[in-house]
Amino acid sequence: MKTLKEFLPLIDGKILTGHTGFDKIEITSGYVSDLLSDVMGNAKEGQLWITIMRHLNIIAVASLVGLPAVVFPKNILPDHTVIAKANEENICLINSSLSTFEIAGILYRFLHSK
Amino acid sequence: MSEYWFSQPEFEGKALELLNVLPTPEFVQNFELDEKDFINAGKAAAKIKNALKQLGVVPAVLRRVAIAVYEAEINIIAHSKGGKIKCSYYHNCILIVFDDYGPGMEDIEQSIFPGYSTADELVREMGFGAGMGLPNIKKNCDILHIISEKGKKTILEILIYFG
Repeated sequence: MKTLKEFLPLIDGKILTGHTGFDKIEITSGYVSDLLSDVMGNAKEGQLWITIMRHLNIIAVASLVGLPAVVFPKNILPDHTVIAKANEENICLINSSLSTFEIAGILYRFLHSK
Repeated sequence: MSEYWFSQPEFEGKALELLNVLPTPEFVQNFELDEKDFINAGKAAAKIKNALKQLGVVPAVLRRVAIAVYEAEINIIAHSKGGKIKCSYYHNCILIVFDDYGPGMEDIEQSIFPGYSTADELVREMGFGAGMGLPNIKKNCDILHIISEKGKKTILEILIYFG
């Protein structure tokens, strides 16, 4: 089992939400997209979502699809209403100084290593 | 006026009949949607999903309902002057009717074609407007019925079975 807790240091990720149970979040795969309908239609439950979108709608999408965590690259910071909503919906928000390409690459290697 | 029917292969040719034989619903929920109110988008989808979860509906169906309802909510918020949602719960299915205040669609067949979009800049900034809304709805429902009249309004009905 691969967890979010093990993955975070690899991307120097910072947790933006006041998540208490984040160390139990299991990551099975990842999804990269900034188009919400694409995420709705194609992302799978349990995937780590990497996006530059920071609007409130991402929380609704993550919650409806069952994505436990969202990673914002390039130090993108959503505003406090988005963070509050994420806390309400129990979605873990993370940001990292790395680019989408780097985060996705590190995630891929992490998930496929023994 | 134009009308569009779609059903998954197992319901092919029976859609109208299936909609007509629906009994009195066990309960009904109503929601209102306002034009360009992206902040509240997804509320109806979340409430319907929770209600179904409490009824013991399996996760795969919850997901289909949530996606179809969310996309339809976005469509009303992004493209119409607002509208209402009536959600009827039955023992083996759910019927959700989206009734907006216009302005209707010119050509439903065109609107449902993947990639076709009339979305403005605001809608695109919100991460929508790629012409995937109606195709996503179609993919996730058992029966879809749309009636629209340009200059008037659109009614979209979705039926999803639990089993």
